[in-house]
Amino acid sequence: MKTLAMDAAGKLISSSYELDLYRPNIEDYLPSGSSINEPHGELRLRDLLDISPTLTEAAGAIVDDSFTRCFKSIPPEFWNWNIYLFPLWCFGVLVRYLILFPARVLILTIGWIIFLSSFIPVHLLLKGHDTLRRKLERLLVELICCFFVASWTGVVNYHGPRPSIRPKQVYVANHTSMIDFIVLQQMTAFAVIMQKHPGWVGLLQSTILESVGCIWFNRTEAKDREIVARKLRDRVQGADNNPLLIFPEGTCVNNHYTVMFKKGAFELGCMVCPIAIKYNKIFADAFWNSRKQSFTMHLLQLMTSWAVVCDVWYLEPQTLKPGETAIEFAERLYASALII
Amino acid sequence: MGNTSSMLTQYDIEEVQEHCKHAYRNGGGFILTDEFLTVPEFAVNPLSQRLLRMLNSLNFKEFVTFLSAFSPRVPLQQKIEFIFKLYDSDNNGKVTFHDMLDVLRDLTGQFISEQQREQVLTRVLEEAGYTKDSMLVLSDFVKILGSSDLKMEVEVPVD
Repeated sequence: MKTLAMDAAGKLISSSYELDLYRPNIEDYLPSGSSINEPHGELRLRDLLDISPTLTEAAGAIVDDSFTRCFKSIPPEFWNWNIYLFPLWCFGVLVRYLILFPARVLILTIGWIIFLSSFIPVHLLLKGHDTLRRKLERLLVELICCFFVASWTGVVNYHGPRPSIRPKQVYVANHTSMIDFIVLQQMTAFAVIMQKHPGWVGLLQSTILESVGCIWFNRTEAKDREIVARKLRDRVQGADNNPLLIFPEGTCVNNHYTVMFKKGAFELGCMVCPIAIKYNKIFADAFWNSRKQSFTMHLLQLMTSWAVVCDVWYLEPQTLKPGETAIEFAERLYASALII
Repeated sequence: MGNTSSMLTQYDIEEVQEHCKHAYRNGGGFILTDEFLTVPEFAVNPLSQRLLRMLNSLNFKEFVTFLSAFSPRVPLQQKIEFIFKLYDSDNNGKVTFHDMLDVLRDLTGQFISEQQREQVLTRVLEEAGYTKDSMLVLSDFVKILGSSDLKMEVEVPVD
């Protein structure tokens, strides 16, 4: 599909574009109040009528949605169906549900009490002192994330240089579950771009996460894309905002494959710092199949597992090489993430 | 599958069926269009509403026929027919200026004004030898798109 762009002289020129989430504003190219002159034959009827790329994307999405191999929870193999291991496993279940679980709930409750009793006053009383308030809120969010991670007996190994606050940078990570965000957040406060969820998660999103500067979107709203794109651009330019974290896969993948990154994150014109998160399946299956489970059930499942063990690699920042398109850039990063 | 115009191999059809079983928990053998909207990439596609209209309560056989337009083995004619059907929203075999304008609006809606859109479409139509009041039929579409290097292919992922 060719764009309908006009250069300064008012000539109709055609240039190809890809259908994407964050395309540049064509209004920038159209001079106001101009009349359209003779097309000069560059834009043809067949270019206009040829909607095959868009249709291909749509059909591909339908067929590929059965990426079910990526989205199926891969059931763990049963290792305990024999006389020796089964009693041990039963014992393990008792320990997990009756000892570990209550202890964890207790830790989490204490954490929330501390958090809320500090966050609410800070939020309300320091209305005027923005920088101080933001710093404190950031620390508190990191704190509550530590409590969350502790409540699953999370063992997280961080590798690589820690993220810092700089303008014109964007972090991308693979996405297994909502807890990715929590795991990363306990080390550094990030601003995330997320789908707005219903229920208590949504409440959390609009109050607490708002304070670290998260951006929400609603997939089903067409206009939403534009607004979000603009917000993203502004956020990235700002110098003292929390670093922005994007999950380019667009949805939770079962951590066995990485789904090809959507290219939106790579078109913002800044440095992209990849983060790879890999969960150790022996201890807990961290994949959140959001079609099958609610987030509450998912959390409960984690809290009754032995531990959540994961590795977080902060990889080298990359920038768009001259002449590289956003798609090629995404492919390059996808390849480097696969190595992990 | 008994439909002679389908050019998908038996293997492809089985693959699609497998995928559909997992992906679309359809009610009573009909694919419900809401299921498609749960696919994020589909939901953000500007032509999704038009495609949904075409897909409305298809049974599996019809769905496969629908998808067969995207097979690499299918002749260009069938792909052009698919595109024509998408434009012809009232299914009367004719694509009018307004039909084309509608699709153009779906694709470029927020980027150019309605007036500019109409102007561009009129110009381009005239340049191709049609007028604003022309009603294009399938053979016109074949003439216009037939010589282009139209690529409309989707691969069915093989496990």
